[in-house]
Amino acid sequence: MPPAFDTGLALLVFGLAAGTITARGAFAAVAGFVAYGLLLALVWVRLAAPDVALTEAALGSGLTGGLLVGASTRLRRSEPSPAREAASATLRWAAAGLCVLVSAGLAAIVVLFAEPAPTLAPQAVASLAATGLGNPVTAVLMAYRAIDTLLEVVVLLLALIGIWSLAPDRLWGGLPGRLHRADPNRMLTFVAQLLVPIGILIGLHIFWVGSVAPGGEFQGATVLAAMGILAMMAGLVRTPPISRQWLRLLLIAGPAVFVTVGLAGFAIAAGFLAYPPQYAKLLIVVIEVPLTLSIAAMLALMVAGASEWILQR
Amino acid sequence: MSLACNTVAILAVCAGAFFFLAGTVGLLRFPDALSRLHALTKADNLGLGLVVLGLLFQAAGPPAALKLVAVWLLALLTGATVTQLIARTARPGEPPQ
Repeated sequence: MPPAFDTGLALLVFGLAAGTITARGAFAAVAGFVAYGLLLALVWVRLAAPDVALTEAALGSGLTGGLLVGASTRLRRSEPSPAREAASATLRWAAAGLCVLVSAGLAAIVVLFAEPAPTLAPQAVASLAATGLGNPVTAVLMAYRAIDTLLEVVVLLLALIGIWSLAPDRLWGGLPGRLHRADPNRMLTFVAQLLVPIGILIGLHIFWVGSVAPGGEFQGATVLAAMGILAMMAGLVRTPPISRQWLRLLLIAGPAVFVTVGLAGFAIAAGFLAYPPQYAKLLIVVIEVPLTLSIAAMLALMVAGASEWILQR
Repeated sequence: MSLACNTVAILAVCAGAFFFLAGTVGLLRFPDALSRLHALTKADNLGLGLVVLGLLFQAAGPPAALKLVAVWLLALLTGATVTQLIARTARPGEPPQ
């Protein structure tokens, strides 16, 4: 018999998922999705996976939620006439059937797991000393499976380029998103001035503490990106034109350092992305610092969107 | 001592949960956006404050306690701001910021 709290939590997640799918308006569905992500973060905490919970709350719920809110606001004008664009009943039922099939397959795998479930956790913890890290999750992300992390960052970069490509040709290299003007009497300006310095500290803390405790570059970068978005929305910082050289360099700094260190692994260690044990921690930090800044810039620019203005000189 | 701490903690967390419940009922039952926001702020400020107060008695040490208080203060700041921004947009005749 599972504890009442977990049962309630699971039912709530299911109910919210159903509510999100059946919501009539796009905005209501987005609101449901954000709440769903936060509840899912609680589920991960209950499963003793605080690293995943942090990522889900920051990226899955917070940042993706922000992107979806932006999308649904843009779609609002065309929403009164969704009937023409709605998918046919056959397509909907086919999609629902496939989703049920995937869910049932995943559930069957989890339920039919051998007892005890196969796990690599003991090996991950046993080799922890060689990486110089204290958090096995960070060791997986930055050492054992660093190539996955590298590919994830490259996917983020490609997604950002995809968003930029949505702008018409004449606006290429312009300012992304809406123009925000700073007004000293505005509520948002006050909060941005107060919250952004605190948020930057928290973001750096989450990033730095990731080597020994739950946290890491993705979670920290999300907080940094959120602070950047807040400063841009309040008009304290102007969104830079996407043609700026320093911006492009900032975006590729993380992946570039990652690949460079990875290639250096051929010379100084066993192969691509292998670290010599005595310098493992140092190399991981060398990768993580520019990586965090690059990811923060990518995420903030993804929310800012495609360029909509051109600077007149 | 630990019994007294536990009692105070349970009482404070329960009081906080009551404010969350009241805020949720208000959100569902009140007629317009402004009074709903009014109900929600009670859950944010008092509810979370009382829960944090209760958890302070169970905190592992001063750093953990400070983190809890910081969470409450940040929630106060952002909650009040977002409420103001939503209220300005929801209020009829008020130009949205």
